[in-house]
Amino acid sequence: MSRRKRASIGTSSSHSGYWANAWGRLKKNKSAIVSLILLILMILVAIFAKYVSPYPYDLQNPAEAYQSPSAQHWLGTDNFGRDILSRIIYGGRISLFVGFFSIFFAIIVGGILGAVAGYYAGKIDNILMRTMDILMAIPGLLLAITLAAAFEPGLRNVIIAIGVAEVPFYARILRSSVLSLKEQEFIEAARCIGASDKRIILKHIIPNCLAPIIVQSTLGMAGAILSVASLSFLGLGIQPPTPEWGSMLSNARQHILNYPHMVVFPGLAIMLTIFVLNILGDGLRDALDPRLKD
Amino acid sequence: MASLLEVRHLKKYFQTPSGTLHAVDDVNFAIESGETLGVVGESGCGKSTLGRTIVHLLAPTSGQIIFDGKDISSPSKKELKQLRKEMQMVFQDPFSSLNPRMTVKSIIQEAMEIHKLYGGDRRRQEQEVFKLMDTVGLAKRLADSYPHELDGGRRQRIGIARALALEPRFIVCDEPVSALDVSVQAQILNLMQDLQEEKDLTYIFITHDLSVVKHISDNICVMYLGKIVEQCSTDKLFEKQYHPYAQALLSAIPIPKVGIQRKRILLKGEITSPIDPKPCCRFVARCPHAISLCSEEEPKLLEVEEGRFVACHLQKIGRAVELTVPDADVVIINQ
Repeated sequence: MSRRKRASIGTSSSHSGYWANAWGRLKKNKSAIVSLILLILMILVAIFAKYVSPYPYDLQNPAEAYQSPSAQHWLGTDNFGRDILSRIIYGGRISLFVGFFSIFFAIIVGGILGAVAGYYAGKIDNILMRTMDILMAIPGLLLAITLAAAFEPGLRNVIIAIGVAEVPFYARILRSSVLSLKEQEFIEAARCIGASDKRIILKHIIPNCLAPIIVQSTLGMAGAILSVASLSFLGLGIQPPTPEWGSMLSNARQHILNYPHMVVFPGLAIMLTIFVLNILGDGLRDALDPRLKD
Repeated sequence: MASLLEVRHLKKYFQTPSGTLHAVDDVNFAIESGETLGVVGESGCGKSTLGRTIVHLLAPTSGQIIFDGKDISSPSKKELKQLRKEMQMVFQDPFSSLNPRMTVKSIIQEAMEIHKLYGGDRRRQEQEVFKLMDTVGLAKRLADSYPHELDGGRRQRIGIARALALEPRFIVCDEPVSALDVSVQAQILNLMQDLQEEKDLTYIFITHDLSVVKHISDNICVMYLGKIVEQCSTDKLFEKQYHPYAQALLSAIPIPKVGIQRKRILLKGEITSPIDPKPCCRFVARCPHAISLCSEEEPKLLEVEEGRFVACHLQKIGRAVELTVPDADVVIINQ
């Protein structure tokens, strides 16, 4: 008898949270899962580059320059006889690191600005968002180039240069989330039981706008990786001999007709990473949409 | 007995780009401890704003709110926190009034956390949450569920439990049953009445549903565009109405019999804009009995008989329009 009653409630038996539900939906999306596995693999390879790569990234061997892919050098060698596979593995370190931290920077800065603009509205909102609009009006890469050129080249400055260009997107997302959440009665209810502004923002608003931020950050990371490659290609990003996919491309450019493998493999690495992040981002967007019930 | 809550000349205006919106305009009433005041009126008449102003979700523009003998119209931060323990609110929409990322238990417990009830002892608070869940008819096993897993009735029970968590004496109920199925409405209304008796609660019950207000209220205020137009006990109002708007409103109650319809008073004309209203009766544009005085002067809320207050010029000049709506006054529409 009691068992029957319990069954009639149905859904409540699985005390599944929002994130568990989202994970369940993501698991069903095969391409997103393949992308996730590939991404984790890339991250692991980048972290353990020292142990995974067959050669040191800066080991020059003029006798073996311009070699096509072979058993010794799986992806061939470059003009200094350096192993391209090893350089791609180490380059991935830089790309993923810069991609991750520039987006992290953008989320923190953009998130705070957007949340403040949305929550307090009025004049602050106007000032902040018009500034964001101005930032957005400048093409992202151009802004990054300007910033990168103004500072000394280097890892930290590249991260900031790319991060700044991404800030407005997160500010906008957070502001619109906060604006729509502010109208919800549970925010009023929280105020009614005496919750402080800080508590309302941290406990009631932020957790409810994580989903769009996560989606945007995966997609944004792809963009950031492309930006760092572009900056390095232009010589404004990571400086040689540190390997970076963009600077590898830039270096191989002169040899494209004779030794195309020097261009193809770093290019493929960029493409694959961005492809994986985009597919994963799309998958997350579907999985985190609460309107989609499984 | 002294009244628990008294509202004097309460006004709440909003600044809009096109002018000042008079959402609540010079409202006066008093509620005795343990009774229920129903506030009825159409959408946009300011009844929700009134409720939110009383519990200080909105700051009043002017006027006084006196709770338990103390003026609480502009409380300090500390006073406000104390006040939260005394007066709470139950919200209209059981879907948007609960944080979708919190479990039932944490929603109810949050208020206890904020006010560090039971010495801040989480174990004790949890016990109290389970007790409260039992009081409002929620099974203990639902404690770790999320709101989206539950139906509207259960969600509203969570909302009620949250309001009760601070053991208030006074609760503003903002259309708590209007988003629910009729069968569930009855359950929730009965629960609220039981709670009122058990915990000696005082309610302001905001609604547009006249059958609900008849069931639960002791006294009723009929609001129109931010003003109270008629105010008296529930029995008196349902027996007879003096204000033309109240008459029209009550004539809209359907009779639960097939083929029979009440003779309805259909209001024509546009609703007067609540933005910068002219000093005249706000109902004049739609009133079937309007006289010239109505568009010249604003009527005051006056006691026309014992315990009945009406704001209408027709009362004053002795041309009281009496329009009763007993069940006999019906039209048979198809036979």
